[in-house]
Amino acid sequence: MKPEERPKAAFFDFAGCEGDQLQVANLEEKILDLLNIVELVSFREVMTEHSDDYDVAFIEGSITDSHAEERLKEIRNNADIVVAIGACATIGGINSIRNAQDFEKVQERVYGDEREHYEAWEKAKPAKAVVDVDYEVHGCPIDREEFLHVVQSIVMGREPNIPDYPVCVECKLNENVCAFERDEFCVGPVTRAGCDSCCVNEGTICWGCRGMIDNPNEEAHEEVLEEYGLTAEEVMKKFDLYFTWQKEAREDE
Amino acid sequence: MSEDVDIDVEYLTRVEGHGNIEVNARNGKIEKCEWQVVEAPRFFESLVVDRDWTELHHVTSRICGICSIGHTLASLKATEDAMDIDVSEQDKKLRKLALHGENMQSHVLHVGYLALPDLMDSKSVVPLTETHEEEVKTVIRLHRLANEMSDVITGRTTHPQRLIPGGFSKIPTENELMELKNKLEGSFNDLTAVANLLNDLESKIPAFERETEYISLTHEDEFALYDGDICSSDTGRTPVEEYLEITNEYTVPQSTAKYTKNNRESYMVGALARLNNNYGQLSPMAKDIAEKFDFDPLVCNPFMNTIAQVVEVVHSVEDSIRLIEELLDEGLEEQEEYNSPDIEPKAGRGIGAVEVPRGILFHDYTYDKDGKCTEANCVIPTNQNHGNIQLDMEKMVPDIISKPEEEVEKQLSMLVRAYDPCISCSTHDLNIKFID
Ligand code: SF4
Ligand code: SF4
Ligand code: SF4
Repeated sequence: MKPEERPKAAFFDFAGCEGDQLQVANLEEKILDLLNIVELVSFREVMTEHSDDYDVAFIEGSITDSHAEERLKEIRNNADIVVAIGACATIGGINSIRNAQDFEKVQERVYGDEREHYEAWEKAKPAKAVVDVDYEVHGCPIDREEFLHVVQSIVMGREPNIPDYPVCVECKLNENVCAFERDEFCVGPVTRAGCDSCCVNEGTICWGCRGMIDNPNEEAHEEVLEEYGLTAEEVMKKFDLYFTWQKEAREDE
Repeated sequence: MSEDVDIDVEYLTRVEGHGNIEVNARNGKIEKCEWQVVEAPRFFESLVVDRDWTELHHVTSRICGICSIGHTLASLKATEDAMDIDVSEQDKKLRKLALHGENMQSHVLHVGYLALPDLMDSKSVVPLTETHEEEVKTVIRLHRLANEMSDVITGRTTHPQRLIPGGFSKIPTENELMELKNKLEGSFNDLTAVANLLNDLESKIPAFERETEYISLTHEDEFALYDGDICSSDTGRTPVEEYLEITNEYTVPQSTAKYTKNNRESYMVGALARLNNNYGQLSPMAKDIAEKFDFDPLVCNPFMNTIAQVVEVVHSVEDSIRLIEELLDEGLEEQEEYNSPDIEPKAGRGIGAVEVPRGILFHDYTYDKDGKCTEANCVIPTNQNHGNIQLDMEKMVPDIISKPEEEVEKQLSMLVRAYDPCISCSTHDLNIKFID
């Protein structure tokens, strides 16, 4: 691709840990591959240069106040394509745990009597709750290879290949000993695959960071659920580190 | 420059998180000089309440992407302290390796990608990829090595997977450790190259000094990162259990982050504080490098924090080689696959402190008898530095206010960046405002 034909790309961060931008910085030598296909015009974590002239906007973090909402709407206006990266931006992520807590208490626990100083919404929202989002890169953090795949697809005008089946499928292929077999709990049966079940491969469980598959009641991993006498609803109810916003959005439908 | 100065740097770049600097002067008189942190609060101390003890480290890791290993370890140590969970010597060594990997990764990122461009009069590392290709490649190599190290030990660089209460869910093999050791040994040329590059640029480091209190961990046997007592350059040692007497958090109107103070109006944490307090325990080559920069504690120039980070990278490489040699000499004790130590939760309070790239970090949890968290407090390094940044600015601005506005702005931005603030953790931001 000729340098002048590369789409201009910009990164923006909202309420998050910047781990997803870090994953991009961590592409190391492959970051040069990225620079071959997009022109970075704004990446605040590593560059001072900034421009409001961009084609693709990458959004990291959740939207948690009206200032952020305005900023995101402006970005949506400026960009042709908006891509949410990381669970905070795609599904509210870890931030959304508080959506199920009493907000008075949430503020008091952190700021005591001083809580009036800060504007913050009662609920943390993903980008798509505020503006239209064109693509999503899931995970907490995002997977570097999947990020590159999504960017390449966008640049080529192809639809990226994002699985809509549960993590258990990958986990079985990896021949892991199932967490339920080890008396642990796992949300792999309802969680979107695409990470190669990496947390189970590393000896733990799936925590659900890629969010629920589109239709957990129908598409959950039957075999695992049956084997351990569970239903998709039970799995979603028991363990909801990442699912709070998604579950509420489902109920509202 | 005119008598009126208005600097307003909103969302200061090349730092993690969001911060603003606001300075204005009328007729040469400084009316406002403020370091503001305007990050959206993320309420971690509430997110963990009612959650199970097996989940806390996973949640609090998400406080900061760059320091996720450090947050995970502080979290695990707090839980282990609360429930009297033992960790084997082997696992402690592996955890120390994980911490070294993170320290290297973060410091190389800060020095190479974020601070060097200032010293080389470049806006970012991107133009340097063309003008200084070799140097950039050296930095990338070191950065990748640091990340590989975190991957081998913890499963993943950002948000580690293998670190769990009581130890590790999976450990590296002897072969992987051997390979890692070889790579670390192969990095000395790159380390020297980066140190020399900075040495040549030393004249660009602003000559500014302000004595302050330096706080870090300290330990009899080693340069403290994973374990130790709290050490203040003013008031000496304090056990970690009494950390609240040191941190004394308070809120200020211009920031969503909390500030801290101990013996003076502010204190500093991070690489410079660690070197000031524990200089004698650095590894041999780290000391050699420090001497190149005439490092002689107490060093009171905050811009030297960047140099202290370079020294620490060298220390981390040397100390990691030593740790791996010890592990291999003793022979790695194997553990079960999907290891999950047998632990009975119990009620209690526990405190964990570790040194992370930006300074001393505390997690403090209280659990009920079922192992549900009832209360939590996390004191994060960047927050402990905010007060010190503010006071440095107040001292520096009158000295430089007659310079051209861009220069004032650049030096103030450099000051904040020298602290390597990770404002996303503190809650998150960096903008300079010169108001016109
Ligand atoms: S999704 Fe995870 S890695 Fe990304 S910003 Fe949120 S907490 Fe950080
Ligand atoms: S439930 Fe978890 S451990 Fe079991 S197969 Fe599914 S993803 Fe793997
Ligand atoms: S295994 Fe689960 S928690 Fe781990 S990365 Fe995949 S989706 Fe996320």
